[in-house]
Amino acid sequence: MMCETCGKKMATVHWTEMVNDVVKKMHLCEACAAAKGLDVNNPAAFSDVMLGLGAQRESAAKERDVACALCHMRISDFKKTSRLGCQACYDTFAEELKPLLEAMHKGNQHVGKVPAHHDVKTTAKAGLLPSLTVLRQKLETAIAAEQYEEAARLRDQIQQCVKKVPSARSRPAMERE
Amino acid sequence: MKVVDELLKNPSAWLKLGAPTGVMVSSRVRLARNLEGVAFPGWAGEEESLRLWQELRPILEALPGCMPPVALEMEGLSRVDKDILVERHLISRDLAEKGRGSGLVFKADETVAIMVNEEDHIRMQVMSPGLSLRGLWHTIDGIDTDLEQKVRYAFSARMGYLTACPTNVGTGMRASVMLHLPGLVLMNEINPIIKGVNKIGLAVRGLWGEGTDAAGNMFQISNQTTLGEAEDTIISRLEQIVLEIEEHEKHAKARLIQQKEISLRDHVGRACGILTHACLLNSKETLDMLSALRLGIELGLLREWSASMIDELFLLIQPGHLQKVEGKIIGAEKRDLARAKLIRARLISGKRG
Repeated sequence: MMCETCGKKMATVHWTEMVNDVVKKMHLCEACAAAKGLDVNNPAAFSDVMLGLGAQRESAAKERDVACALCHMRISDFKKTSRLGCQACYDTFAEELKPLLEAMHKGNQHVGKVPAHHDVKTTAKAGLLPSLTVLRQKLETAIAAEQYEEAARLRDQIQQCVKKVPSARSRPAMERE
Repeated sequence: MKVVDELLKNPSAWLKLGAPTGVMVSSRVRLARNLEGVAFPGWAGEEESLRLWQELRPILEALPGCMPPVALEMEGLSRVDKDILVERHLISRDLAEKGRGSGLVFKADETVAIMVNEEDHIRMQVMSPGLSLRGLWHTIDGIDTDLEQKVRYAFSARMGYLTACPTNVGTGMRASVMLHLPGLVLMNEINPIIKGVNKIGLAVRGLWGEGTDAAGNMFQISNQTTLGEAEDTIISRLEQIVLEIEEHEKHAKARLIQQKEISLRDHVGRACGILTHACLLNSKETLDMLSALRLGIELGLLREWSASMIDELFLLIQPGHLQKVEGKIIGAEKRDLARAKLIRARLISGKRG
């Protein structure tokens, strides 16, 4: 296949982009890819460009500058570096990450090794990402069911969790099993 | 630094002398891991990174898979020392740019290397000469399992191992094989191969430069995706593809001898002449000429030198190694002079019989 831009060299960079749920594919040579700002040496920078384009699309549609409850990174920070701030960012920015992950990977469910320490009980005890996710889901369900007392209780619980975060960050990261 | 000086006494882990030399130069598998509840290095700040390095260092040094260990913090290293670590594939360029709170723990024979506070808290890799992806996966899986007894990883059942960049999330694994493909390049058949490999979700990169411009005809093939497939599935596909490419390369070499024997001999002979007589040699030219020499040796056209000796030169002519051998920091132009001198000396003294 020849490069779509110059038509002279072989296309060795194959790039898939999602715009408003329409998949757009481009086939470029190294030189034309570089001219478009795609750094083929660095897959991370590659995603920067993809993300940059995603950002333009989003700003046209709506603004959503949420901050991560655990590390306080904002989506605008993520767009600058293409690096997430902490594990909870995967949860906070799930909406923004979804199209990126779909374009980058073969699936949306992890298959493969699981650390031995990962089971439901221990992650709940750690009191970080999973419990926050669960609490937020419960809150949404409670609001939908118009159970406002339950919703208020859950909201307080979430706020407490978020307040705990600085101490969670400063406590030793390692525990011996 | 003395520790880094010691490294130069041995060939790097990816080109151990005596290993059978062919199309497959070396294999590598790396895992990205982060600790639970701690911000990723790019967002954490120096103090937190430093604390993490201090906590992790003794744990990593005690891993059975790292015995005997060597630990280096980036802050105490000179530019040349960092270059040497990069050239030996022990650290990435990104880690070399870091200072306080980032470091490296590696097994003294250089087969296992663990970077701390690069893009992720932990980046561990194993490497070996030739094709050995399954063995490497087995080794790094064991080291990772040992480490997870001591630390808690950031992990979610749906997304797998959580990494700073979404391109690594899931298994956090990148497996790669380095191939020497002069036959396919000289027969102008490399581009369709690169294209085909890209189509099935694998990345092809020149070790030094891209596409047909890849200096030294060294290519690195690796998996691009990390979410949605298990480690052994990814490794099986990569292995199958590099074996196919090896076959293509062998066929290309056979056709090269059949159809272009005179130009092939000319190509190898010119490289020989330049390397043994030139007074100034830049990096790119040297890598290309060494590739031609390696090709000549593989095809039995040159019998004066061993392929492993040429492989060692691929490493010794890199800027960091060159400056270490010279014992001082020298600019690019003087390096070309030093490089030509080193190559001449090695090729003359390394001649068989």
